[in-house]
Amino acid sequence: MNLTRRRLLILLPAAAIAWKHILAGTPEAAPNYKMTEHWWGMLMDITKCIGCGNCVRGCQTENQVPDGYYRTWVERYHVEGWGSENPKVDSPDGGKHGFPAGNQIGGKNFFVPKLCNHCAESPCTQVCPVGATFISPDGVVLIDPTYCLGCRYCVQACPYGCRFIHPQKQTAEKCTLCYHRITKGLTTACCESCPTGARQLADLKNPQDPIHEFLRTHSIQVLKPYMATNSKVFYNGLDGSVR
Amino acid sequence: MANTPVKTFKDAGHLLRLATVFLVGIILFLVARALLVPRSFGQYGHYRGNAIAEIAAHPAVFAGHQTCETCHSDVLEVKQKGRHARVNCEACHGALAKHAEDPVSVKPEKLQAAVLCVRCHQANIAKPQQFPQVDAVEHSGGAACDLCHRPHSPAIDSGKSQ
Repeated sequence: MNLTRRRLLILLPAAAIAWKHILAGTPEAAPNYKMTEHWWGMLMDITKCIGCGNCVRGCQTENQVPDGYYRTWVERYHVEGWGSENPKVDSPDGGKHGFPAGNQIGGKNFFVPKLCNHCAESPCTQVCPVGATFISPDGVVLIDPTYCLGCRYCVQACPYGCRFIHPQKQTAEKCTLCYHRITKGLTTACCESCPTGARQLADLKNPQDPIHEFLRTHSIQVLKPYMATNSKVFYNGLDGSVR
Repeated sequence: MANTPVKTFKDAGHLLRLATVFLVGIILFLVARALLVPRSFGQYGHYRGNAIAEIAAHPAVFAGHQTCETCHSDVLEVKQKGRHARVNCEACHGALAKHAEDPVSVKPEKLQAAVLCVRCHQANIAKPQQFPQVDAVEHSGGAACDLCHRPHSPAIDSGKSQ
């Protein structure tokens, strides 16, 4: 952002007005929900994903995501032979309307649903210059839209391409892991609308959560483990070609 | 020798003036900071603590299958016997929190089986092989799926159940 002295001086009174708005009281928090008792993540079962696009549409409906932007999306991979370094990936309209049947026969074909990985060591929150994005005490990476300047630093910092600038609001947006739902005891919109159970919301601090048994008994991988982001979206059956 | 204390005093005057300017500046900064930084900033970390509650306060659009099941227990019974037992209601029927809040005036739309079934069950090479999939045209010749299958319990021999 090109912030000249003139523009800064123009912005200062606006900031003063915004302050009154910011201090205008605390909204009622969800009752019976203690942030310290949860640590949220998600389980993705590649072996169950059918690429129907229900999650993408569900997310858009739940979170009013503008057309052409995605908080979650589905990619289709096609890997031939040993060429795992050069997979063919497509995601028409984020997979929102499913995928054309295609005629690739040889090699591996599979779907990979993606969303914010809610990293425990997230690069995006570290680069924010104004404290507008942060990891909540229950492990969800969130954005404070009233604080975000729209400087796009976090968009570039995310190794997974999960952030975008909202075309009207001009602030950064991303998956909130349906924070407004999970704090009320519901699951996320994508998990609710997934017909095969390929997505499962997981509370890693809850010893009763089936995630623990699943993690113990399956070969689990996260996306880009070499980035050391401590991603909390765990993939079952993830192929080495997935980036 | 006699002049030295006077000289020191003169220098001290300069420093005092400078210190006052700094002090006023610091006080002004602290006052401005106290006014501009929201009270909840720093409550949990380097961000506005109230933002969490604000995000959590958004209304839900999907009601959740538990909500559906409180009224539609008859459908749940049928569904539990079939292959669609673990398909949540809103996966097909769409987001219906408004209907759950006001079941009388907000009615869900009638669904089109031809569009809906194909969305999942149209054959695609990338789908898991164990997932039941058909080429819709080849399979039914364009006939609507719900002519033979009942969506809530889709096996043919499950008969006239809904």
